[in-house]
Amino acid sequence: MDHLDRLENQSIFILREAYKKFDKLGVLWSMGKDSTVLLWLARKAFFGRVPFEAVHIDTTFKFQEMYAYREKYAKEWNLNLIVGVNQDAINRGINYKNNDPVTVCHELKTVGLQQMIAVKKWNGLIVGIRRDEDGTRAKEKFFSPRNIDFEWDYKDQPPELWNQFQSDYDKDTHVRIHPLLEWSEIDVWRYVQRENLPVVDLYFAKNGKRYRTLGCQPITKPVESNADTVEKIIEELKNTKISERVGREQDHSQRYAMQKLRAKGYM
Amino acid sequence: MATLSQTKVAGSDTQTHNAAEEALRIVFVGHVDHGKSTLVGRILYETHSVLPSKIKYVEEICKDKGMKFEYAFLLDALEEEQDQGITIDVSQVVFKTARRAYRVIDAPGHKEFLKNMISGASGADVAILLIDAEEGLREQSKRHATILSLLGIKKIVVVINKMDLVGYKKEVYDTLKTATSRHLASLKLTAKEFVPLSAYEGENLVTKSSKMPWYEGLAFLPLLDSLDRAALSVDKPLRFPLQDVYKFDKQRIFAGRIESGKISAGDEVLFLPSGKTGTVKSIEKWHAPIQTTAAAGESVGFTLTDQIFVERGEVVCHSASKPEQAQSFLAHIFWMGSQHLEKGAKCLLKLTTQDIECTVDAILKVINSSTLEEVAAASRQVAKNEVAEIILSAKKPVIFDTFDVIEETGRFVLVSDRQVRGGGIILKRAETYSAI
Repeated sequence: MDHLDRLENQSIFILREAYKKFDKLGVLWSMGKDSTVLLWLARKAFFGRVPFEAVHIDTTFKFQEMYAYREKYAKEWNLNLIVGVNQDAINRGINYKNNDPVTVCHELKTVGLQQMIAVKKWNGLIVGIRRDEDGTRAKEKFFSPRNIDFEWDYKDQPPELWNQFQSDYDKDTHVRIHPLLEWSEIDVWRYVQRENLPVVDLYFAKNGKRYRTLGCQPITKPVESNADTVEKIIEELKNTKISERVGREQDHSQRYAMQKLRAKGYM
Repeated sequence: MATLSQTKVAGSDTQTHNAAEEALRIVFVGHVDHGKSTLVGRILYETHSVLPSKIKYVEEICKDKGMKFEYAFLLDALEEEQDQGITIDVSQVVFKTARRAYRVIDAPGHKEFLKNMISGASGADVAILLIDAEEGLREQSKRHATILSLLGIKKIVVVINKMDLVGYKKEVYDTLKTATSRHLASLKLTAKEFVPLSAYEGENLVTKSSKMPWYEGLAFLPLLDSLDRAALSVDKPLRFPLQDVYKFDKQRIFAGRIESGKISAGDEVLFLPSGKTGTVKSIEKWHAPIQTTAAAGESVGFTLTDQIFVERGEVVCHSASKPEQAQSFLAHIFWMGSQHLEKGAKCLLKLTTQDIECTVDAILKVINSSTLEEVAAASRQVAKNEVAEIILSAKKPVIFDTFDVIEETGRFVLVSDRQVRGGGIILKRAETYSAI
């Protein structure tokens, strides 16, 4: 069994645990490479289906290419797509011109998700975060509880031994399930290559620049790159000295920004 | 052996480039302040596994705090951790060497966070026990060694750290090596290797240190490269704990992960505890090459030639090599709950995909996991961070193997008040105790 096989088998096991343990389950799909791999793994786990809702918390500031991709693959992969927008915040004028990125991310993503949970009553949410993305994500668990206020108690997390995950909580708690936790950025691309998965074109270099991660357009910057194929991206990542989320302004706007965002419920 | 330049070149990739070889999972354990995070941080630094931006970020934090560069901050991401200089929760990070990638688990050394250490250590192939050359074996070093033995982690490397503080003296190293070997032997553990080093000064880390010419073994990273991953239990009897049964269309697919052995189309299989049988018609995967056999570690599905009705919690096996089936068994457990575990307590036993209510039938022995001394038997309760030998009686038959036969089906967790509060391994069935 090689490295990708092991990761795939582990993710499938976790997805099947989540499907068994939570009666109201959703998977967050941002149209990025990670959550797309996650949907693919769900189809692997459930023999071609995604048997729960695919949720896009839409800040309305995404790239046009991402919306087009969403429509195409939601149909092709037969997804039960749910789109959530924090219309109230948008009406109040929350945007990247008026507010700092941490505030906008909190309002449009975290609060937007809270509103959807209140309606949909999901008790399990599958999220495609990886430990190598950020120091606080490195401390995540596979099954990670969030209380009614969405708080992450990172100082007192349930122990996870031998693939036994704690899934039984009161009704106001939801559990974030993280099947990709042990994957690294290059693993994701190797898997995209192996499985021949479609990804948004923005990942591929044009005119010497490409997007390494995809977020909201106003605060996501491309990196210098000539990698215009999956193979070249993998080669590039073998030698890069630049962190994956360097182009994401919300991470760098203040010290411990991710810890602060995540403690309040950010993905 | 790797030279400095070779290792630097090979380690200069920030991510895995050997796609085929699986990462080795290593956990760093030991007493608080004995330098686990510093060692891991220094390794990340030496293998170029942290990005320049992260180093700059830590430089700025250290400058603001008025301290010299702290390698541990490359891991301890939480504000509280950096303020207090301790690891609160496990971080998992990756570094790579000439041979392969390593998934590193930096376990907290403080007693208060033992639960986090156990959680982190349970998935490791190799454990590194760090001991401060000045302080020697301390309470948490011993406690962590006990936990390693209970978790079944057999590959242990002992690092005698902070050799710079004792003038790189051979005598200090030899004395600690003897004391540690003796302690590990009392736990039926054997260290594969001992390495003297200074994490902060980077001595004996990547290449052999000129300050310790008396040391004859490998430097730390080349030593890690010489170790192999814990093997999957492919050659043991089939144990396929049923995770779920899917009926998305006309087919009924039995899904799960193979814990040990192999399953093939055409096999006659037995489901326990129901005793139902069937013939495997096909091995099912989606969007993957067709296969007629699947083995330990694979998450697969299978179909049967004739329909039977079984649920999650059954264990699929071959009738010629059945697992144990009993309602009562003897186990070693470690307790993580703040409330004591008492005789007569009711818990939920989770073993593979079985969830079964059980009762603590007897507490035979309670051991202080640090001193290894037996706590007065009269106490009849297991306190937080203690280890005990108990008899558990389940409401229904439990399907298991003893831990020494098949680890994957010989270990369990105990849930009480919906929290995972204990973990343990099964020593043997207990015939003489009747189920309650």
